[in-house]
Amino acid sequence: MPLPRLIPCLDVAAGRVVKGVRFQGLRDVGDPVELGEAYSDAGADELVFLDVAATVEGRDTLVDLVRRVAEQLAIPFTVGGGIRTVGDAEALLEAGADKVSVNSAALARPELLTALAERLGSQAVVLAIDATGGDVRSHAGGVETGRRAAEWAREGEERGAGEILLTSIDTDGTRDGYDLALTGEVAEAVSVPVIASGGAGSAGHVAAALEIAQAALLASILHENPARLETLRAELRGLGVPLRDAA
Amino acid sequence: MRVAVCEYGAGNVRSVVLAFERLGADAAATSDPQAVAAADLAVLPGVGSARTAMQGLAARALDDALRERVTVGRPTLGICLGLQLALESSDEDGGVRGLALLPGRAVRLREGRVPRIGWAAVDPGGEEFYFAHSYAANTPAATATSEGIAAVAESGAFTGVQFHPEKSGRAGARFLERCLSRA
Repeated sequence: MPLPRLIPCLDVAAGRVVKGVRFQGLRDVGDPVELGEAYSDAGADELVFLDVAATVEGRDTLVDLVRRVAEQLAIPFTVGGGIRTVGDAEALLEAGADKVSVNSAALARPELLTALAERLGSQAVVLAIDATGGDVRSHAGGVETGRRAAEWAREGEERGAGEILLTSIDTDGTRDGYDLALTGEVAEAVSVPVIASGGAGSAGHVAAALEIAQAALLASILHENPARLETLRAELRGLGVPLRDAA
Repeated sequence: MRVAVCEYGAGNVRSVVLAFERLGADAAATSDPQAVAAADLAVLPGVGSARTAMQGLAARALDDALRERVTVGRPTLGICLGLQLALESSDEDGGVRGLALLPGRAVRLREGRVPRIGWAAVDPGGEEFYFAHSYAANTPAATATSEGIAAVAESGAFTGVQFHPEKSGRAGARFLERCLSRA
């Protein structure tokens, strides 16, 4: 197995990194290219850029952002938010993104996963799942779907998703630790890599998630501060988690 | 140093061009077989499916251009799918004939989680590189491995790597630098 991965997640809107609580009251906290580069230097294994505004008008801004990030960054990065068609995804990959993440659009049209995988390869297709109590929600957690997370993950894999990015709505933003039960259930259900997301408050939380999942998404624990990633990496090493040598 | 990166509708061409540019090389994406045949270093990148990729190469006559330059000893680098396409065949998509620049065939990964995604050590050397693949080269030409999987394979002027040097941070940059210095 490859080494466990630490993946800082940057929320972006209109070409800037933003911070908000559950998508409310967004405020500007920096330049995505600068922050992405600093995380890369601090030892990030990958990055995720999530377009939290995801407006149709914002698509060109997002593609431009991806172009600028690709110019500076020599680690893989995923882009998510508002991707609805193979064309949307292709434009982002051509600009230099390595993967796209899809969520609500795949729930509305599961065959999108197959179309994306056929065109881009499974390794470029991340299925993002938001769940509460094991139930999948769409539209940033707002809409019930009647699906169970583990079943949807398995179907997503069969349809062509190459990774599952699993966010627990119950633990997201709490900093009380990842939802290990949910993560375990989904990891058991699929044979593709699983990225755990939501709830990291300490190195111990991340280490526990990485026992089950192949990667951990890091958002509020980092506070948009790359120095925190370095500290976290050192703490994880202290806990015996093998991480790559970024030198 | 002119680097021609094959543009044939199979993925991450821009990242590869940018990685070489960061090292000061004169790199460009191209679908022109003559440019590919004549460059100091030609690169065959690629992600996605083997059949579509081979069709893309053939439609642009890049398959012949690559064979030609390897035959006359011009350095050529295949990355990820670019390594798998260089083999005699791939099991992907029900079986696909490759460029036969390397002996062997691409087989589906059976162990661990697939796609195999993430950073892993490559031996000899122990440096870590980023991998993202579901198939791997089964080849006697392997010169480095990662967890038992062919990570580098070489034959004559052709070098294939299963990892993505353009996405492998500083270790990747050092690898590409070595490719440039040999070209």
